[in-house]
Amino acid sequence: MKITKTPKCYVGGAFIRSESGRVRPLNDSSGTFLANIPVCSRKDLRNAVEAAAKAGPGWAKRSAYNRGQILYRLAEMLEARGPEMSEAIALSGTTKNNASLEVRTAIDRIVHFAGWTDKYEAILGSVNPVATSHFNFTVTEPMGIIGIIAPDSSPLLGLLTLILPAITSGNTVVALVSETSPYPSILLGEMLATSDLPAGVVNLLTGERKELIPTFATHAHLRAISASATTPEATLLQQGAADSLKRVILHDPKSDWHSPTHDSPYPIRDLIEFKTVWHPIGT
Amino acid sequence: MPAKKATSRQPARELLFGNLWEYDPAPESAPAFIDAKYNLFINGKWTTPKSRKHFDSISPRNEEKLSEIAHAGLSDVDAAYQAASKAFTSWSKLPPADRGKYLFRIARLLQDRAREFAVAETLDGGKPIKESRDFDVPMAAAHFFYHAGWADKLPYLAPGRRVEPLGVVGQVIPWNFPLLMLAWKIAPALAAGNTVVLKPAETTSITALKFASILQEADLPPGVVNIVTGARETGAAVVTHPLAAKIAFTGSTAVGKWIQHTLAGSGKKLTLELGGKAANIIFDDAPLDQAVEGIINGIFFNQGHVCCAGSRLLVQESIAETVLAKLKVRLKSLRTGDPMDKNTDVGAINSKPQLDKIRALVQSGIDDGAEIHQAPWSLPNKGFYFAPTLFSGVTMSQRIAQEEIFGPVLSILTFRTPEEAVEKANNTPYGLSAGIWTDKGSRILKMATELKAGVVWANTYNKFDPTSPFGGFKESGFGREGGKQGLLDYTTLA
Repeated sequence: MKITKTPKCYVGGAFIRSESGRVRPLNDSSGTFLANIPVCSRKDLRNAVEAAAKAGPGWAKRSAYNRGQILYRLAEMLEARGPEMSEAIALSGTTKNNASLEVRTAIDRIVHFAGWTDKYEAILGSVNPVATSHFNFTVTEPMGIIGIIAPDSSPLLGLLTLILPAITSGNTVVALVSETSPYPSILLGEMLATSDLPAGVVNLLTGERKELIPTFATHAHLRAISASATTPEATLLQQGAADSLKRVILHDPKSDWHSPTHDSPYPIRDLIEFKTVWHPIGT
Repeated sequence: MPAKKATSRQPARELLFGNLWEYDPAPESAPAFIDAKYNLFINGKWTTPKSRKHFDSISPRNEEKLSEIAHAGLSDVDAAYQAASKAFTSWSKLPPADRGKYLFRIARLLQDRAREFAVAETLDGGKPIKESRDFDVPMAAAHFFYHAGWADKLPYLAPGRRVEPLGVVGQVIPWNFPLLMLAWKIAPALAAGNTVVLKPAETTSITALKFASILQEADLPPGVVNIVTGARETGAAVVTHPLAAKIAFTGSTAVGKWIQHTLAGSGKKLTLELGGKAANIIFDDAPLDQAVEGIINGIFFNQGHVCCAGSRLLVQESIAETVLAKLKVRLKSLRTGDPMDKNTDVGAINSKPQLDKIRALVQSGIDDGAEIHQAPWSLPNKGFYFAPTLFSGVTMSQRIAQEEIFGPVLSILTFRTPEEAVEKANNTPYGLSAGIWTDKGSRILKMATELKAGVVWANTYNKFDPTSPFGGFKESGFGREGGKQGLLDYTTLA
């Protein structure tokens, strides 16, 4: 007799059930029951933000080389469990081919961003030739904790496309994963746990968009939201964000997540702050 | 123990310029060429507002009327957007080098008429003539010159992507640097191929309207820049117009929040440059005389009407007494009065409401138990003036340590360790700027890394340059102005 797995969310480096005790059944495309998925609450979200806050300073201080290697390690983990991930994606009814293509693209995207950790600064930052006697430079800094609202479609690739630019530059994230196909994110959590990524850098919540989006919008410790959102959701997010002037980066839910336009330093730019320093020259 | 010299206990002799003899007045006398009445600048033409309403613009230096400014209503703002939208088609398709040439022309024409613009700026806004002459106007021209050169180099702005303009940009600017903020907004927008609807602040519209005549002299195609004047409702109409692809706003944090909330779900791009409560941090190894000048410039530049003003002074405890003593001496030689006088250091407060706000916050500082220091200057009877003010013994919880005063008022706090300085400096919802004064380069870089601020000045303060991105963290807004980072905020990547 088979031992079935209890799906748990990856938060603060641990695997948790929702504090609310709520679950909803996950069926495969033919309607057969597979497992219960946690329905995370607003309290779970706040706890996850706390975990992300704890992890933030340490992650931001890691060297770019180190962050790159850790991201690359995540690609290694996904590669090793690729077929299992494909099956998880295929649960929602997509074809086997599409599912394995999604895994392939996701691995490539992780490797792509692993390579950006020590390069985006050279593209986005600058030394500025000011008219006075100052060494003037603009460097990037991570914003802090980023709230991510992943698309329902492409449950692995869509999620990673939003997470990768955030953590590449030293941010930490709290992500609400695909509501309709949550299982791939459960597996992703297991891979993150074995990838050397420090606990709390990526926190993944399963649950309902309708319930959690308002809290994502107004939680003052989230410095930015990167969301694949419908217009009504975007409105909610931006209205809530205005309370603390949080940055909101919107992605089209119909985006082709496979498109190479997602591979560039510009999504990283959306989630960093620029700091300009005027350093004196001379005595 | 060596014997003390008899003289060593005498205080150092100080030169008191203050009341010992009078300066002769040195009034700037060049004409400002301000029209008696201004209409709206829409589609390259002066247009009477549909409301037929004008309001008076007075000079804060003596409360005398300078001109009448048009009050743009919804239909006027709509006309401006229609003109900008129509102009966008051809402007964005113009050979990029030609777009640049228009901007170069504008920069040159502004330099030609620099004196006239400086005088107008000082009359209208109240800032000392030496600041508008030596800073505002030349820096505005520099912004046009810098961005002119970008127009044909956009392919180098974002490697790997094609840079495209956004469309019509709505821009709302504040009253503290009227012409300079106009330049910060218009120059990058046009360089990237956008067209503009700009609304100057209600109390300081004149240099923006005079600037329209430079656009005419430069033969800028009609509709590329439209200038609509008015008060809050006009600003709201500019911000909410459906043809705006982007809104760029500089002003208060409260209005910034309102704009972000109002634009929710609209798909419009938004950049906000908002308030600040910057810490200016003085370490015990700082070059003190230089630091004192920097502290004075940091808070009294432009009467403290500066979003990045160094309004919270954090002094290391061991030198706090010395610094306060030096500041009090320096305060006595800070000339406050008629901004048209070339010797004036601190001019007029921009408006009556702003003066009232400063007075209220200063009163709260007194009520909260902070110690107030002001130089014994007599201020002009007419006009809006406030004596440069220091508060010592300020604690973090007091309003004068938390709220943006936007006036010539410095709150002095102390710290012991660099960690405490960082903690105190960052303990504010704002994050626009910070200053560090120390002799140690490595400490500058360490502090700069840990301060949550978009601009960090080391052994200097209130320096600006078109090549150098400016903008805030946290509730000081988002987006940058200046440099390639600022320009990219006026584009979309294809």
